[in-house]
Amino acid sequence: MVAEELAERLAAFLTRAAGVPVTVEGLRRLAGGASRETWLFHATLAGQEPRQLVLRRDPGPTSVDSDRAHEYRVLQAMHECGVPVPAVHWLGDDPEPLGARFFVMDYVPGETLARRLLRDATYERARTVLTGQLGAILARIHAVDIAAHGLEFLPAPLEGRSPGAHEVERYEQLYRGLAPEPHPVIELALRWLATRTPQARRRTLVHGDYRIGNILFDVDGVRAVLDWELAHQGDPMEDLGWMCVKAWRFGAAPPVGGIGTRAELFAAYTAAGEEAVDPEVVHFWEVFGNMKWAVICIAQARTFLDGGVPSLELASLGRRTAEVEHELLQLID
Amino acid sequence: MQDRPTILELLAAVREFLAHQVVPALEGGRQFHARVAANVLSIVERELRDADEQLRAEWMRLQPLCAEESDDEPVEEAPPEDPVVLRAAVGALNAELAARVRQGDADGAPLRAAVLAHLRATIEDKLRIANPGYLEGSR
Repeated sequence: MVAEELAERLAAFLTRAAGVPVTVEGLRRLAGGASRETWLFHATLAGQEPRQLVLRRDPGPTSVDSDRAHEYRVLQAMHECGVPVPAVHWLGDDPEPLGARFFVMDYVPGETLARRLLRDATYERARTVLTGQLGAILARIHAVDIAAHGLEFLPAPLEGRSPGAHEVERYEQLYRGLAPEPHPVIELALRWLATRTPQARRRTLVHGDYRIGNILFDVDGVRAVLDWELAHQGDPMEDLGWMCVKAWRFGAAPPVGGIGTRAELFAAYTAAGEEAVDPEVVHFWEVFGNMKWAVICIAQARTFLDGGVPSLELASLGRRTAEVEHELLQLID
Repeated sequence: MQDRPTILELLAAVREFLAHQVVPALEGGRQFHARVAANVLSIVERELRDADEQLRAEWMRLQPLCAEESDDEPVEEAPPEDPVVLRAAVGALNAELAARVRQGDADGAPLRAAVLAHLRATIEDKLRIANPGYLEGSR
């Protein structure tokens, strides 16, 4: 579907949904996002000022792995709970109007390129406040009442099963099904994880991909937390461990996204919530996070090898697996 | 036998063309991918140069780790000459090592220290080809 046709059909949908005539202008696709498309546009509702909005659309009508309706409901709940996210407005749960499922949300201005955050002088203030903000926001996410917000549909470990064991098993299965060659380092990491599974003190909402690259920021720090597609129920410490994974430091030394210390992150988390952080449990989830990232690198390269996506970027990710294995050896020694 | 330039010299010429002519002429996603392409060629150059030596060293390290204690067969002392046979042999030894680690053989002494030392050397060799800058940064 070309942009003109998409804009026309989007205007027709919004006119029906809003109950007033809506015009759509300047629709253009933003870079990135193979699993979903992101489009920026101006909408004018009859009699109002034009508003900048974002359309998030599945790549095809039958996509099952990225459920727009679930992401929409999570974003709605987060907005209600005061977690900084773009406000969502309309859900297209039926693929008919735009050729795939979609939703429309506010455009939040800001930057997502972590390298800019780490290096540009513009973001000096943001660099000093961001770690504290990340800890405080995470505490708020983990305090969300899953049942009260109707989020029980989110994937969860079986009752009585430890979230750590559940997540390790999921990625071990993925690894065994996908890896084109043996990886003794991943085997070592799996042995390490199997003997150190923590008992989760509570089960909460888990963002699932809480890292610096999914944070929209400006000169004052966090503007919005993005990419809720991997949200699930589990051990809240999983998000803290994932935030500390070395791949998100972009070559800088500080463990939290290349800008902050673990102590800063944990202190802000505890101050904003009620849970004290056990660094050993977070360490388990950091090792898990590196194992998971190694498996994702292998999976991405496999997508290339199977001929589905002729992307040089996916191909080169196969050769990044060694970086993650290097880090795993440091962590589990 | 082909005339000069050699494979490595040709690859370097294409990489430099990408890095110095193509990358500056592009923008956004295409520029990013041109940069990735130039980097992939530099990986290929390093691998063509060093892979055989690395494979022989990996074989030498793996052989004692995977040898059966009760084996009557004498341990082979030299890696296969043929690069194709060598690659297949290292692949098989790696599968054997992975299986042993999976069943817990490297959970503790005596094998753990030797396995860790071998894996550290192997991963460092991989990084010397895939991303030498990473090793410099992590020291």
